[in-house]
Amino acid sequence: MALLYRSKSYQEHTINNSLNKNRSRLALVLLMLLSSPMIMATDVPVIAAAASVKFALQEISEAFQLDTGKRVRISYGSSGNLTRQIQQGAPFELFLSANTRYVAELERRQKTLGPGTVYALGRVALLTSKNSSLLLDEQLNGIKLALQNGQLQRFAIANPEHAPYGIAARDILQKLNLWVLAQPHLVLGENAAQAAQFASSGAAQAGLIAYSLALAPTLQQRTRYLLVPENLHQPLQQTMVLLNNAGDTVKSFFLYLQQDKARTILTRYGYTIPYR
Amino acid sequence: MDWQALSLSVKLSLVTLAFLLPIGIFFGRWLAYRQFFGKSLLQTVLALPLVLPPTVLGYYLLVAFSPNQGVGLWLVNTFGATLVFNFQGLVLASIIFNLPFAIQPMQRAFAAIPREIREAAACCGMPPRQVLWKIELPLAWPGIVSAMVICFAHTLGEFGIVLMVGGNIPAETQTIAISIYDRVQAFDDHSASIMSFSLLLFSMLTISITYWLAERNQHTHV
Repeated sequence: MALLYRSKSYQEHTINNSLNKNRSRLALVLLMLLSSPMIMATDVPVIAAAASVKFALQEISEAFQLDTGKRVRISYGSSGNLTRQIQQGAPFELFLSANTRYVAELERRQKTLGPGTVYALGRVALLTSKNSSLLLDEQLNGIKLALQNGQLQRFAIANPEHAPYGIAARDILQKLNLWVLAQPHLVLGENAAQAAQFASSGAAQAGLIAYSLALAPTLQQRTRYLLVPENLHQPLQQTMVLLNNAGDTVKSFFLYLQQDKARTILTRYGYTIPYR
Repeated sequence: MDWQALSLSVKLSLVTLAFLLPIGIFFGRWLAYRQFFGKSLLQTVLALPLVLPPTVLGYYLLVAFSPNQGVGLWLVNTFGATLVFNFQGLVLASIIFNLPFAIQPMQRAFAAIPREIREAAACCGMPPRQVLWKIELPLAWPGIVSAMVICFAHTLGEFGIVLMVGGNIPAETQTIAISIYDRVQAFDDHSASIMSFSLLLFSMLTISITYWLAERNQHTHV
């Protein structure tokens, strides 16, 4: 106790000093954080896009930046989840959905500027890792055989609850009478890209994924794929729509996506351009 | 390495800490010294984020602050601000998520201060505020620092809530944990592995710092 008191004035002095110093230092750090360069980045508009269009859109946005000097940020997810985020006030200015349904839903809720535009048609691919011995064929007979003899334990698709490529995958399996057989083996990706990741990494032995993802260079190196006939599923109408708070940059990006340069890139990723 | 996501994560962690430091000291000290009706209930509520799945917390925040209804609608009408899909929302979520990690170590640190020391100071005429600044805080600081270190690391690694409340927007809500998830889905294993390894190293560093502090704390009190 005596010790405590003898050192009191000294302690008081030093603690007070260091507290004041620390306090001003903390204030400085906070000030720096508030004025950080991050604020500049938030001026760049954000686009919500279906994960299936990831690689094509990456190239298109880079070309857009080269041609116009303007930048966009892109948030990828499943079309269904992005729709929900938009309904709940996410600050997106443009939405690229992998089907028309979600765009129609947003239009009905008055979240969009006008109706959506179909900018491309998507296809589905059957994919497996490069060293897999699975037989890939248009009627999925190889898959059926592998499911029956236990060679295929896990089959990846996107979640049909909220991902259009998941819905298409379910269409295909149902049309070929494989749904019941495949169902216990399905692994659901949160979106098309995650399903592709499952199937390409070997975590799942095969999967039905977006053709545009199968054509991505990094994926092509380690996988084999087969284009599934388009009559086996509902058309995947890639639909985009301007959202209520769309600014000029996003409006010009919306037009850019319908011009030749963007269309060439989309075609290279396996999309068909609808007749206009 | 996604530097933008990393700096965003660090920024989120620091801002969260700036709020949690006073909150933790206040509640930690209060819970350590006072007995009152409903204390155990309050402690239960404050400890909830320890066991609650992040998606549950994320879901409630998303619903509560969605600008379509209730609190969220009121916020939009009053301040023109939303708390979902932006940085402010992430800060709020991180504060809630980290409450037990901030309060519990501080509570233990305050509780470990011998009562006689505080009483002696009060007896000799030291006002309560000075007792806090000059006696309690210096004695409790290892606990306070370790709480802050844990909260920092915890915020850096947060995933479920950030994805749900934040919505994966680059430079605004795409933290390092979300960026790793994103890179994996983009088949970019190289970046994902670099970022994951950095977070692993950082987490190990954090844990060793807290252990070191805890050991020091023990020595000073024995």
